[in-house]
Amino acid sequence: MATPIVFVSLGGIFSERVGIINVGLEGMMLTGAFSGVAVTFFTGNPWLGVLAAILAGGLLGLLHALLTVKFIGNQIVSGTGINIFALGFTAYMSQILWGSRGASETVQGLNAVSIPLLKDIPIIGEIIGTHTPLVYLMLIIMVLCYIVLFKTPFGLRIRAVGENPAASDTAGIDVFRIKYLCVMVSGMLAGLGGAFLSLGHLSLFAWGMTGGRGFIALAAMIFGKWMPFGAFGASLLFGFADALQMRLQALGLLPPQIILTIPYIVTIAVLAGMVGRAVPPSDYKPYSKE
Amino acid sequence: MEARGASKIRSWLKLGLQSMLPQIIAIFLAFIVGAAVLLATGHSPIDAYSAMLRGALGDIFGIGQTFTQATPIIFTALAFLFAFRCGLFNIGAEGQLIVGALAAALVGISFSGLPAFVHIPIALLAGALAGGLWGFIPAILKTKLGAHEVITTMMLSYVATYLTSYMVNYPFKAPGWVAQTVPIATSAQLPHILEPTQLSASIFLAVGLAGLTYYTLQRTTLGYEVRATGLNPIAAENGGVNVHREMILALGISGAIAGLGGAGEVLGVHRRLIDGFSPGYGWDGLAVALVGGLNPVGVLLAAVLFGALRSGGMTMTRVTGVPLDIVTILQALVILFVTAPMLIRYLLRRGGYKR
Amino acid sequence: MLMNPAIQMKGIIKTFPGVLANDNIDFVVEKGEIQGLLGENGAGKTVLMSILYGLYPPDEGQIYVNGKEVTMHSPATAIRLGIGMVHQHFMLVPSLTVAENIILGREPTKDKILLDMDKTLKEVKASCESYNLEVDLKAPIYTLPVGIQQRVEILKALYRGAAILIMDEPTSVLTPQEATELFKAVRALKEKGKTVVFISHKLREVLSICDRITVLRRGKVVGTVRVGDTNLGELAKMMVGREVVYKFDKRLMKGREVVLKVESLKALDDRGLPALKGIDLEVHASEILGVAGVEGNGQTELVETLTGLRKTTEGRILLNYTEITGASPEERIRLGISHVPEDRYKRGLISDFSVMENLILGSHNRPPFAKWGVRLDFGETSKYAQKLISDFSIKTQSEDAPVRHLSGGTQQRVVLARELSREPKLIIASQPTRGLDVGATEFVRSKLVEMRNLGCAILLISADLDEIWALSDRIAVMYEGKVVAIKDPQKTDEEELGLLMAGGKSG
Repeated sequence: MATPIVFVSLGGIFSERVGIINVGLEGMMLTGAFSGVAVTFFTGNPWLGVLAAILAGGLLGLLHALLTVKFIGNQIVSGTGINIFALGFTAYMSQILWGSRGASETVQGLNAVSIPLLKDIPIIGEIIGTHTPLVYLMLIIMVLCYIVLFKTPFGLRIRAVGENPAASDTAGIDVFRIKYLCVMVSGMLAGLGGAFLSLGHLSLFAWGMTGGRGFIALAAMIFGKWMPFGAFGASLLFGFADALQMRLQALGLLPPQIILTIPYIVTIAVLAGMVGRAVPPSDYKPYSKE
Repeated sequence: MEARGASKIRSWLKLGLQSMLPQIIAIFLAFIVGAAVLLATGHSPIDAYSAMLRGALGDIFGIGQTFTQATPIIFTALAFLFAFRCGLFNIGAEGQLIVGALAAALVGISFSGLPAFVHIPIALLAGALAGGLWGFIPAILKTKLGAHEVITTMMLSYVATYLTSYMVNYPFKAPGWVAQTVPIATSAQLPHILEPTQLSASIFLAVGLAGLTYYTLQRTTLGYEVRATGLNPIAAENGGVNVHREMILALGISGAIAGLGGAGEVLGVHRRLIDGFSPGYGWDGLAVALVGGLNPVGVLLAAVLFGALRSGGMTMTRVTGVPLDIVTILQALVILFVTAPMLIRYLLRRGGYKR
Repeated sequence: MLMNPAIQMKGIIKTFPGVLANDNIDFVVEKGEIQGLLGENGAGKTVLMSILYGLYPPDEGQIYVNGKEVTMHSPATAIRLGIGMVHQHFMLVPSLTVAENIILGREPTKDKILLDMDKTLKEVKASCESYNLEVDLKAPIYTLPVGIQQRVEILKALYRGAAILIMDEPTSVLTPQEATELFKAVRALKEKGKTVVFISHKLREVLSICDRITVLRRGKVVGTVRVGDTNLGELAKMMVGREVVYKFDKRLMKGREVVLKVESLKALDDRGLPALKGIDLEVHASEILGVAGVEGNGQTELVETLTGLRKTTEGRILLNYTEITGASPEERIRLGISHVPEDRYKRGLISDFSVMENLILGSHNRPPFAKWGVRLDFGETSKYAQKLISDFSIKTQSEDAPVRHLSGGTQQRVVLARELSREPKLIIASQPTRGLDVGATEFVRSKLVEMRNLGCAILLISADLDEIWALSDRIAVMYEGKVVAIKDPQKTDEEELGLLMAGGKSG
């Protein structure tokens, strides 16, 4: 359950480390979820769906980058606009394609895959040996993110651009190109997270199915101090809250609505608990040459 | 003498229109892109838009609906605007509206036998306080603990939706299948002012509040301090302004305004609390605030536009079968086009060269 | 045959909105020389060199490097041509290490993908040794003192193969002793065949280190001279165009009571490290106490604790014998403390507010500007604004104009007008003439002296030693969060002050 959040929060890291706040992750995630299901619906191949989700997220990321970097728009407003757009657009297309904005038809989902060696480890083999491939992908990408950010020149430049764009510019780095790239990557990762939600979990698309997870991913990113492994850990925590909520609903102890508030309250509590310990990697001011 | 007065009004109007030019272009562009979406999915933009127009302004029902829908949007727009002037992003206006509605409904239901001029103000006050609380919490979290208000207001919005849904479906539920509460006492009802539509007196409250908001921001010390904090908190602090206090006040007042809007809906329009009564007024308010900008008239006009979109939208769906969500898409497009002032200028320049 | 000059700039013209920064400038630098580019703030020196470094294009003019005409598209072009720049405000990324900052943009890689830090360390170490510039390569920048950070800037340029180094006001953040070290390094660079352009507004420095000097005034070249053929006075005249006299009417004041008393004040900085380690000082009425010291030794934090923007951990602050240690900024303003902040744009003014709105900041919630503390009275504020505009000769179209549109000097007048007209008992002036031209500087200084003569106590914090000399009745030196000495200006000299500023003991 934490997997989609991990993808999105990793995406958030890329964007924020380069100095752009991306509150549009929620919308990119939702669009990814939708595109994944839509393309799978037409092609019957969930992997093409995943690809579509990544592309869709990347497109929205490009839009966000254009609006905030080239046209110096307000980052939060742009992100919010993207979120609203995604909500409306996915509902609209849902209606057109399947005649209902509530839920689409079910499609071929991504099947769980058992990894032979892992599965046979006693006790925990059951838990970690069998998952949809996307979960394993998530672990790989998380490690990749760390390597890219901290062990490659590209990552060094990303961190420099976010923290001091003027210094990077005078060092001969193309600040704008790096910002564009990173925001697009954040969109692609968010789209991937959305694909997990729709294809990897439920095998259908439902209106607003991201339910604020994009924002929770932002909280995870902050809680994880903008580090890939930290974001992973934080996402696990939030994923746990999410799973807990579903479990409790199944048990029927409390009215469903009350239970549904749990993940959100947990998020607020976590943010509140981070007194002064969260120092962002950038001051998010738009960069211009003069 | 009269000529001077008239020309002064004309130049004031021209100045207002000129400053609104980017927003007007943004709206125009949004409709064009919306038309493209409609065409691409096999619908006729002309049919859709004309149905919208007819639905919104064609008859007394339509006009009534337009203004009825515009009313809560005015509240949420003012809410977003007030916080924005203090440099804060309150995107939880939707939630604040809903808890305001909840509080007002509870007061409306729980008491009876009170005279109207007591019951109504108490209900409104309850709505304002509830919304204010919903704005106060993120404010405290931000000032004392550094939690970003974008996330906290968003989260609280979800909490508000679920909490209210719970209240409507369990403790206060009316008998029957519909997810709604029992009606409020007649003593708590705001009168309908345009029979046979649902337009209620809450619109007067909205317009009055718009004026009050602008007066506060421009002509009082509170407004001065709020604006100073929003523009340059460091310099404001140097000038003795208590920045944290201003932020708390701004978000609290912002939430209270939205809460009042919710109260208005319950007391004036529905006379009960219906689960999911808000089709997203909070988001409309955001778009309207951006479009209307610093101009009270602009906000009111934009709210009417969005109200028209909503009421016309319902007709459009009925008549042409175009999904109602195109309205949401249009709103989002407006926000996106308004976001980047440079974008408009860029497009204008490109357009100029083509000619 | 004459060798091609290293750099030749011909007919450079550059305009910014409202300002002609470079007016048809011709500038030639010979290979292997150290040439000074001299001029006061705003003369156009940094603009000219920024054009050379490719940060922005000139409106007109040509640039020749080693005889060939080039178009500078970006710093990358300049770097490729062997031009390196050591900026006045360091272009370093604080959380990255020295080594990472140096290689930024030209990172050595293993298999083209991963960073090769071993190779990096080896190459940079070689550079350090060959140019005699010692630095700890693994330290993050924010932990290093300013003098060392500057070395990193220089190493950065050298690492990219710079044959021509542009140094922009390099000594503005150094103690006199650190400056001497820097000059040694610059001379060593010349010995290794490098060409150096040395931008400065400090006459004495330029005379001591450069071979030739070009003087700019208001965007135009006044002349180029060989150092051997000129002197201080001549250069000053070229720089300013007239005789400048920094003399003020400082009547000797007697029997002064203590207005500000600071006892054992301690405070932490933004990172939680001790910034003030026990400050003791007193400022009397009708006195200007100048605080000398290199930036970063706690001056900013001291000002913040005095104005109420920073909490103290120990110690007391007394204003006219009343304790104000825990008072809010608003209370302190009411008690008569005025503050001219060091960054007028960030801390002193709200740029989108009008002149009038800025002028009442601090008194905006009291009569006569606010009725019952709530309603703003525009009639009164307008009257007040107009009076101040005329008293302080604030050049603006109207009191409603946004402060953003005013020039730096005019903006500082707005700040002064506001702070000084409140009839304060204590004025805290922090770098009050930074970035101002001569006329504005004279105005600010004369106003401060005027307030002193009227009985005000003034705490002047400035990195400009000339300013401290000219204005102070007593001079305090700050070093590493403490006041290390208080001197009578008649009984000390620049060498002693420089020593104290660098942590040495006076003789």
